[in-house]
Amino acid sequence: MDTLSQLANGFAVALTPMNLAFSFLGVLLGTAIGVLPGLGPALTIALLLPITFKVDATGAFILFAGIYYGAMYGGSTTSILLNTPGESATIVTALEGNKMARRGRGGAALATAAIGSFVAGTIGTLGLTFVAPIVVDFALRFGPAEYFSLMILAFVTVSAVLGNSAIRGLAALFFGIWLGLIGVDLQTGQARFTFGILELLDGINVIVVAVGLFAVGETLYLAARHRYGKDEILPVKDSLWMTREDWGRSWKAWLRGSAMGFPIGALPAGGAEVPTFLSYYLEKKLSKKPEEFGHGAIEGVAGPEAANNASAAGVLVPMLTLGLPTSATAAIMLSAFQSYGINPGPQLLMTQSNLVWGLIASLYIGNVMLLVLNLPLVGLWVRILAIPAPLLYGGILVFATIGTYGISQSPIDLILLYILGGIGFLMRKYDFPTAPVIIGMILGPLAEQEFRRAMTISQGDVTVLVTRPLSLTLLVLAAIALVGPYLYRRLNARR
Amino acid sequence: MQQRSSGAIAVAIGFVIVGLVVAYETSQIALTPLYAKVGPKVFPSLVAGGLILLGLALLWDAWSGRWKAEDADESAPIDWPALGWLGFGLLFNVVLIGVVGFILASTVLFAAVARAFGSVKPARDLAIGFVFAAVAYIGFAKLLGINMGTGLVERFL
Repeated sequence: MDTLSQLANGFAVALTPMNLAFSFLGVLLGTAIGVLPGLGPALTIALLLPITFKVDATGAFILFAGIYYGAMYGGSTTSILLNTPGESATIVTALEGNKMARRGRGGAALATAAIGSFVAGTIGTLGLTFVAPIVVDFALRFGPAEYFSLMILAFVTVSAVLGNSAIRGLAALFFGIWLGLIGVDLQTGQARFTFGILELLDGINVIVVAVGLFAVGETLYLAARHRYGKDEILPVKDSLWMTREDWGRSWKAWLRGSAMGFPIGALPAGGAEVPTFLSYYLEKKLSKKPEEFGHGAIEGVAGPEAANNASAAGVLVPMLTLGLPTSATAAIMLSAFQSYGINPGPQLLMTQSNLVWGLIASLYIGNVMLLVLNLPLVGLWVRILAIPAPLLYGGILVFATIGTYGISQSPIDLILLYILGGIGFLMRKYDFPTAPVIIGMILGPLAEQEFRRAMTISQGDVTVLVTRPLSLTLLVLAAIALVGPYLYRRLNARR
Repeated sequence: MQQRSSGAIAVAIGFVIVGLVVAYETSQIALTPLYAKVGPKVFPSLVAGGLILLGLALLWDAWSGRWKAEDADESAPIDWPALGWLGFGLLFNVVLIGVVGFILASTVLFAAVARAFGSVKPARDLAIGFVFAAVAYIGFAKLLGINMGTGLVERFL
């Protein structure tokens, strides 16, 4: 079929020596930062955004995709051996994985996590390969009104549905949208929110916001609260070969986790937390040995790890087909597209066929590399965990300076970085999610653009958003997502 | 019962103030005669309204003590000396990076952060920081061609 021939073409792109090198570099870097607590793929890709001036788009995105997948693998190693989840999506892995490591079964836990990640990553990438063209066919029917409503839905789901508080999630989102509006309005040429500062006319760079919130804010928080270096790294005593029983208990969990992770990741809601938790509870229900849960059950590692990786592939579906980022990492990748002058959306698969299919092919290749990197070489990654906190965070702040100062050699950017770092510290301390800030910042201006287009077409008639059936459906879904959980809790409380 | 947190109330009030500033700045955006169905003020007005409403909701949450911060033990003391060292490193960096250059400014930043995280070997930290910054400079400025400015050490590289 057409998809297969395009995928073959993608492999031809991804298998060139240069792109293979980018993929390898990406998965290597991704695993390393995934292992290190406090560093994530969003921050790393933000720091590497300047390479978009030097490297061609295909190479850059293959590198970014490698980092994205690699961080998922690396994060599970940290969760299992250190009990400090490197990523929010690996919290569940830490539940059972760390217990297994404590009982001397760390090797089996790492193995089922890595092989499960490989199985799920491959299934998820297969899903991406075959679902993306279908979504594109559907999305080609979208007009600006539908796009605007879709973005509203995504805004609600990424901020209000996940996390502990809908209000704090929405607050973070609106703050991000405001940051995105700073600068010259492209349609009318008016300066907005620049406070008379010349440097702000071009807007705030997403690098400054991501690095400020994720690197500076996190460093301030850890230093202030003395939350570092407390956890011991558990040694891996047993062999990395799983027993027959381990295999028997793992493979179904891998498949179930993948089946759950990919669709949920592909929804405009995104996020890996929900499918990992769902998978954990499902495995606990289905397990023949439920009593082992809480003491290191292997299904509790296999299922959520698979769900995590499959949802990571799923997140790429709305990102590549609709230009709709539903995680901080995807939002930063979207801004990389913008810096190449590429508009992600349904046309992307046609106009940038080499780029997109090369990227998808590199995901298959990267998964194989990651399996090799993470099983036999796991000892190497464990050694990274032993870097003392003072040197680690010193290095992180030096990198933060490079990423920021390299934009324009302006101290204004550094001052902004520190202000955002302070805000990130407060957000962390008072339990605000940070991803909605990044998503709002990237998606907010796009939503304004679609809103304006819709209004221009409809001659300023706002009702177009509710008279077009598809747009109305999306808005109704958004409303349900916003008030549904609240009503549900109300009803439950009354009973 | 949950305790009312004065920190959370301060954050909520700060958020309302941000919303008010955004509303004021929105009113200051000049309108051009350029044709635009949706002018440059419409979206900012919505955002300003949202920020103020959410700020008030935050304030209500904080006031009623429903704001469950991740830091349940707010009594846990903040390590002010550590924050002081961090602040010093950041301030030194932003003031002097244009004067002495990225490498030297980063060396001091690195050592100050290490001190904040409990290191007691300043000489070692300065040495590691210098090498780290120099290698990072070569990697980013020379290989990737990112302009990192010049400085006392940079001109010899």
